[in-house]
Amino acid sequence: MDSISRTSAAEALLEANRSGVAIAPLRETYPDLTIEDAYEIQMLTVRSWLAEGREIGGYKVGLTSPAMQKQLGVNQPDFGHVFVDQFYLENMPMDLSNHLLPRVEPEIAFVLKEDLRGPGVTVVDAIRAIDYVLPALEVVDSRVRDWDIKIGDTIADNASGGGVVLGSTPTYLGDVDLRLVGCTMHKNGQVAGTGAGGAVLGSPINALVWLANTVGPLGTTLEAGKVVLPGSVTKMIPVAPGDRVTATFGGLGSVTALIANTPKEN
Amino acid sequence: MAWDYDSVAAELLACEAEVREREPISDEWPELANDIAGAYGIQDANLQKRIERGEKLIGVKLGLTSRAKQQRMGVDTPFVAWLTDQMILPVGDPVPQARLIHPRIEPEIVFVMKDRLEGPGVTAAQAMAAVGQVLGGGEVIDSRYRNFRFTAGDVIADNASSGAFSIGGVSVKPEDIELGTEGILVEVNGEIVDSSTGAAVQGHPGEALALAANDLAKRGLAIEAGWIVLTGGITDAYFATPGTSIGFHFTNLGSVYFYGGDE
Repeated sequence: MDSISRTSAAEALLEANRSGVAIAPLRETYPDLTIEDAYEIQMLTVRSWLAEGREIGGYKVGLTSPAMQKQLGVNQPDFGHVFVDQFYLENMPMDLSNHLLPRVEPEIAFVLKEDLRGPGVTVVDAIRAIDYVLPALEVVDSRVRDWDIKIGDTIADNASGGGVVLGSTPTYLGDVDLRLVGCTMHKNGQVAGTGAGGAVLGSPINALVWLANTVGPLGTTLEAGKVVLPGSVTKMIPVAPGDRVTATFGGLGSVTALIANTPKEN
Repeated sequence: MAWDYDSVAAELLACEAEVREREPISDEWPELANDIAGAYGIQDANLQKRIERGEKLIGVKLGLTSRAKQQRMGVDTPFVAWLTDQMILPVGDPVPQARLIHPRIEPEIVFVMKDRLEGPGVTAAQAMAAVGQVLGGGEVIDSRYRNFRFTAGDVIADNASSGAFSIGGVSVKPEDIELGTEGILVEVNGEIVDSSTGAAVQGHPGEALALAANDLAKRGLAIEAGWIVLTGGITDAYFATPGTSIGFHFTNLGSVYFYGGDE
């Protein structure tokens, strides 16, 4: 793709975010879309949002399960940016009326206490940089019509990010085996998903290592205080206004997301 | 030929002995598909034959403990089937391929009963109070039906696809573990392919145990003290072909490995 096409793809995504109207898959509009193009388009949208005064609160890693990678025909994860204004409070109704087809997935979120800069980041570096973990429910969404995504579509679309609800009980890494932490997700009182931490690239720590080593060469440092969402422990589930979703993690406590019933009037 | 309960029972035992798969009986005898009482009669008749030939009854296994799967099959309670000592697979022994048709393995939470549990009217709380120990394990399921294609009646008559089972070495008291968030990672040939928690079993394995006790009570039966209860598959079952190694890793119940045997 040339830079004009990348810019117009980014414009289309920015507009879809503003209007809440989905776009056709980028891979159809731009058949030569590569993974490199897609990240460049994502960065164009991120720079535009930063220019509007938004702040980066963290990062998300996606496509971390064998099932999702198979579905999209890839063998690597992807990443996106999470903005401070996309952090929702647990048990407080969140207004998702500007979302298109929101879905929710449970994650074990990392909060960093040290900067992490790849390449060359090892598991040891990653463990040292983690302050604590929190139970989390990530809201994902696609600006691409009906979630009709392949790898390039989702990467360009900020890795289908939508926001996050963090729990409020920190747990320290040494107190749990993140691979074996079980997670049971209930939606409106019924079991809607089950999984364990190892579903995320074998270990959620692996996702953090991958992220640091992937964004480092692009000039990005994962800074102290930032939140990293390493990937979903279960399949994602669709949510609608009025839904309540709770993810309960063995040893980490739980977090509840409430989807507001009535869209807020502006 | 026209099928009846006796001939179905004999055919299923023969398939097992000859390691022979077949099409579901309900293809030829459609009434069996929803004849749950008749299918349990076949299962019980074959248990009797197993005991007569020297096998020892050591417990029960629960099947179809996922609500979604129950809805697809049109039933509202898990299946119950019999475990005998012939089905014990010592940890470390290869999957007994020679006596199984198409073995698949699924992780399970296993109970050893401390007290007799007799329905009707049993709740999950009472059921868990009757449990002595909780362990991690895995069941080698094997169906006498080609491609595991069957109706509710077929699979109940077939002792709910029983094959073999192994139980891990870590034992926990029921009051010391929260089974609703007990995590399980499934590893096949070194790769993590699946994960889940105990909540996949009827919301909580104790709920499945209570349902089983109440269902057995309809036949005048109880879950006896000392019995083993395999509470139902927590994830999909994975094929255990020769050369395959499968590991189940539990949060608090240790790990259990299966080996498909040499290629």
